[in-house]
Order: sequence, then structure tokens, then C-alpha cells
Amino acid sequence: MSDMLTIGGHTFQSRFILGSGKFSLEIMKAVIEHGEAEIVTLALRRANTGGEENILDYIPKEITLLPNTSGARNAEEAVRIARLSRELGCGDFVKLEVIHDSKYLLPDNYETIKATEILAKEGFIVMPYMYPDLYAARSLVNAGAAAVMPLGAPIGSNKGLSTKDFIQILVDEINLPIIVDAGIGRPSQACEAMEMGVDAIMCNTAIATANDVALMAKAFKQAIEAGRAAYLAGLGRVLNFKAEASSPLTGFLED
Amino acid sequence: MKIKKTDHMQYMDGMEAIESDFMEKVLTAMKEYDYDQYSSRDVETALNKAQLSIEDYAAILSPAAMPYLEDMARKATAETRKHFGNSVSLFTPLYIANYCENQCVYCGFSITNKINRATLSMQEAEDELKAIAATGLKEILFLTGESRLKSGVEYIGETIKLATKYFSTIGIEIYPLNTEEYAFLHSCGADFVSVYQETYNTDTYELVHLRGSKRSFPYRFHAQERALLGGLRGVAFGALLGLDDFRKDAFAAGLHALLIQQKYPHAEISFSTPRLRPYINNAENNSKDVHEKQLLQVMLAYRLFMPYAGITISTRERAGFRDHVIGMVATKMSAGVSVGVGGHSEEQKGDEQFEISDERNVKEVHQMIRSKGLQPVFTDYIRV
Repeated sequence: MSDMLTIGGHTFQSRFILGSGKFSLEIMKAVIEHGEAEIVTLALRRANTGGEENILDYIPKEITLLPNTSGARNAEEAVRIARLSRELGCGDFVKLEVIHDSKYLLPDNYETIKATEILAKEGFIVMPYMYPDLYAARSLVNAGAAAVMPLGAPIGSNKGLSTKDFIQILVDEINLPIIVDAGIGRPSQACEAMEMGVDAIMCNTAIATANDVALMAKAFKQAIEAGRAAYLAGLGRVLNFKAEASSPLTGFLED
Repeated sequence: MKIKKTDHMQYMDGMEAIESDFMEKVLTAMKEYDYDQYSSRDVETALNKAQLSIEDYAAILSPAAMPYLEDMARKATAETRKHFGNSVSLFTPLYIANYCENQCVYCGFSITNKINRATLSMQEAEDELKAIAATGLKEILFLTGESRLKSGVEYIGETIKLATKYFSTIGIEIYPLNTEEYAFLHSCGADFVSVYQETYNTDTYELVHLRGSKRSFPYRFHAQERALLGGLRGVAFGALLGLDDFRKDAFAAGLHALLIQQKYPHAEISFSTPRLRPYINNAENNSKDVHEKQLLQVMLAYRLFMPYAGITISTRERAGFRDHVIGMVATKMSAGVSVGVGGHSEEQKGDEQFEISDERNVKEVHQMIRSKGLQPVFTDYIRV
């Protein structure tokens, strides 16, 4: 059965999106290979183009780049960074990050919506990172987003699906790929999100801070695949009571 | 020479006063900070928390925390990893002038100190910038002595404009400015400002800053806030450890930074931890109280109190110390440093402010960072 992830008209076999912000460059390739990720984010502020230590040199050419706008504090700055990424040849994908808080790094949904509207009109495939709020997600859809990327927990926290119930609302209500971005700390949490019907998982810190990053990338790949399969299979029902008796208590009734 | 004594707690002519009660808050809290009252139990309680309160911060800065340095280091390493990954940012300072109108008893640039003074011409500044850029660095920090006459705001602005041709990140470590002046330098291309309070003990501050505009304690204290009001993106804090009671000074610097962060949540906060070093014509002066253990305690306390803040490690410290604190606590380090005026392209023009301990060039520092499994980062900012 073919089960592809489609974002902005592009299709992907893998539902694992790898963040690149916290790796040493030389191990990037191994992590991509073991995780079989087809999309890798790229912090444009780290892309030392033309200089030493250019991250672009460490990402295989067949990988789809997802440049992000980290560092942007408002819509205007995000738009300018996105345009710069396109000029640098990073393609039309952009992961929109608008953050105005240096402590919690929570996304500013309002500014994100404004930037999405501008960039979508310019032909970008906009993937906005957002706080899981239904109204904001609807606005992102109307603004032309190609996917919606709610956070599971604050960036880098590895705390998992703190916002699970609200992500479930987005999965149920929003007709775009829902990609959990930020907070996923364990493969089991990635699997749980996929079982809920989330379309893809983005992960960075959980892998970057593991002892064996390549092996952890592989574990995430497998967990994401398992979660997806479980979702497609349809999870078995959960009983509200202790058990279902094989001899029902009401079996004596005749009519 | 007779020195006209000014009130160090007053503003001088031309100094902008902003509405802020942070100075009173910090000074009151510092006065009440009695670090001897904390026990090992307080330290253990603090170390078991995910988010440290001000009281927890006070505990881990206390002498009772000294036996817990290893525990603090382990927790700090995890926090640093969580917030900054493997990254260690690289930059270099460029002294563009060393004229100074202040008389500060601990500084090589003091007006009474007989040293070679210089200001780089625009051509010399550009030669320096080109030479530094050729090493691969993309972040530069401009420094001057504190002389509005010899290195005025216009002059600094011009050098910043020059630097935008070669560097993605430009910081300034100059005399405190008014909001409009910060806004002007921001428009020229500067985004980050470092102002170190030296000591938060106002009595000591008065004793070591004998004359000059630096003598005004409140004007210096409010510099970070004026910089943020002027549109700068990030501000750095620090006390010159060893000038006074370093625990109280570090406590005050941390609290100062916290208050700023709470009021300006978008601000990128960072710390520096300079210790007193021997300086020209005063080789005897050295920090007697702040040894490496104490210095590390301060750095660890900053990291655990504000895990998202950047921490810069100075070339004042020896290579071995610097190499061990990156990844654990420090997120930024300088390389290829000259603390005289110029010195990157040609012979330096002016004398140094202090002695440095780590003279490795960019390539050597880069290799060291790599050898530790960390990632040297040259570019971490887009000017938009």
C-alpha cells in the first residue's frame, strides 16, 4: 500500500523530518542515513555560505532542505529571512519560526499567520511552527500554509506530548498535514503522536543528546513507522470498564 | 592633579535617565544576600529543581555549594546541551581605540596610565577587519576605551558600517550611551551590547572609579535597558570578579539580567565572567580571591539560573580552563585575540588593556573545539 506524505505538492516516503540545529556537522550524514529522513531543516542563520563550516556541505544533495527562519522576532523579519533562503538556492520550502521570547522560545502565532500570508502569496511552501491553537491553525490554513507544525512541548525540552489533547483537535479539524515539531523526547512519544493521526514528526534534540545519535535516529524512524502503521490499521477499541466478560451478566434475559 | 569629587550615584550632564526601578531592586537584594546562611541542604534542594528560583540561585552561589561543583557541572552540561546543542560560537574582539577619560584604579587604559594611545583610522580599521575576516570569523566585537572625544559615537558608527561588509554579527563593548545613540549604532549594523558593571557594590564602585563619566553608577547600570529601548537585540552582563565580593557581585549580575529578561522577553541575554588580570604598569594586581574553582562556580550558577543565556569565556583565562568550560557552560569563546589597538593586520598601534592567557589563533581554537566533539559556529545570526 502506498502511503506517502504530501506537502505542497511534493511527496515523501519518510514521515521523519530531522532538525539539524544541534549536531556536529560530520555526524549529520550518519544521522540522516540511519533515520532515512528525506527532509532536513536548515537554520539559515547557521548556513555559513561561502565561508568555513557550511552546513550545506554536510547534507546529501537528494535531501529536501527545509530552511527555517530561526532568529526572526516578527513577521517582517521572518519574511526577509525566507526570501534570503530562496536567493541562496535553498528552494521554496520554508519552516516559519517567529519567536519573540528568549526564555521559553514559544512561537508567536499572530506574527506567524501574518508571515504565512505574505510568503504563501510569493509561492513559498510554508510550514509554520505554531502553538497548537485551533483558531490560529484555521487562520494558517486560510493564509496558505502547506502544513501545520504544532509543538508537543517547548523546544529542546524532550518532554514529549504535553499538548497532546490540543494536537488531537488539530488532527481532527485541520485538513493539512499536521507535523509535531519540538518537544518529542523519545521514540515512544513519536510513535504515540503518529498513532493519533499526526502526519509526521520533526525531531532534533532527542537525537542530538542521545549517546548514540545514529542508533537513536534509527529508533525514531522505526517508531514513526510503527505509529503510522497502527494509525492506518485502526487502533483496537479501549474498554471503559474493567473487562468484557465472556459470559455476559445480562445473558439470562429472554426478551 | 586635584580631582573634583562628583557624586557617583548621580547622573552627569547629557546622561539620559530612564524610568526603571531595577537598580533599587538589585541593590536591595544584594545587600540582603547573606551567603553564609545557606547550607548543603539548600544547595541540594536547588540542584533538584528544574527551574531555580532567586533563592536557589543564592544558594548555589554560596560557599556551601563549593563541594557540589561536580554535581553542578553535570547538571550544567545537560542544560547547555539542551539549549545550545553542540555549538560553540567563535568571535574576536577588535580594539579600535584605547583613549580613555576615566581614572579607574584597576584598568590599563586609565587616563593616568602612561601607555601608547591610538585610534584606528578608517583605512586601518578596514585593514584589520579584512585580516580578521580572512580567518573565517563572522562575528566581531568592537571595543574602545571610554573617550567620547577620541572615539565618538559617529566614529564608532562608521567603523560598524565598515564591518557590515565582512561580518554577520557585530557587538560593541564601549562606554554607555543614551537610547538614541544606541539606536544610531543599531542603524549602522550593531546588534549586541556588552556593558559590565565591574562591581555592584556602590561604595567600592566609588573607590575604584575616581573620575570620568564612568563614575556615574546609575548611568552604567541602566545601559542594557537603554540599549534594548534603542532597538538592540541582545545585551551582556558581568561583574569584574575580584574587584569586590565576587559572590555578591555575581548574585547582583544574575538578578540584573533576570529582571531585564522578564521585562524584555525578546532580549538575548548573555554573561561574561572577567576576572581581574595583571595589566600594564601594574603587574602586581591580580585576583586573590577568585580562583578557578570560584570562577567556575559563578559560571555554573549563571548557567543553572538562566539556562537559556549565552556565556562567554574570556582569553583572560588559560587555554586549559577555556577548553573545559565550553560545552559544559560556556557557549561562546574568542580566538585570535589582540587586546591592543589593531594588531591583526599590521603592528598594533596602542598598548594592551590587560594580559591575555590564551593566545591561540582561530585555527587552533577551531581544532580544539572539534577535538572535543563540539561544533564551532562562525555564523549564528542574520541581520534583517
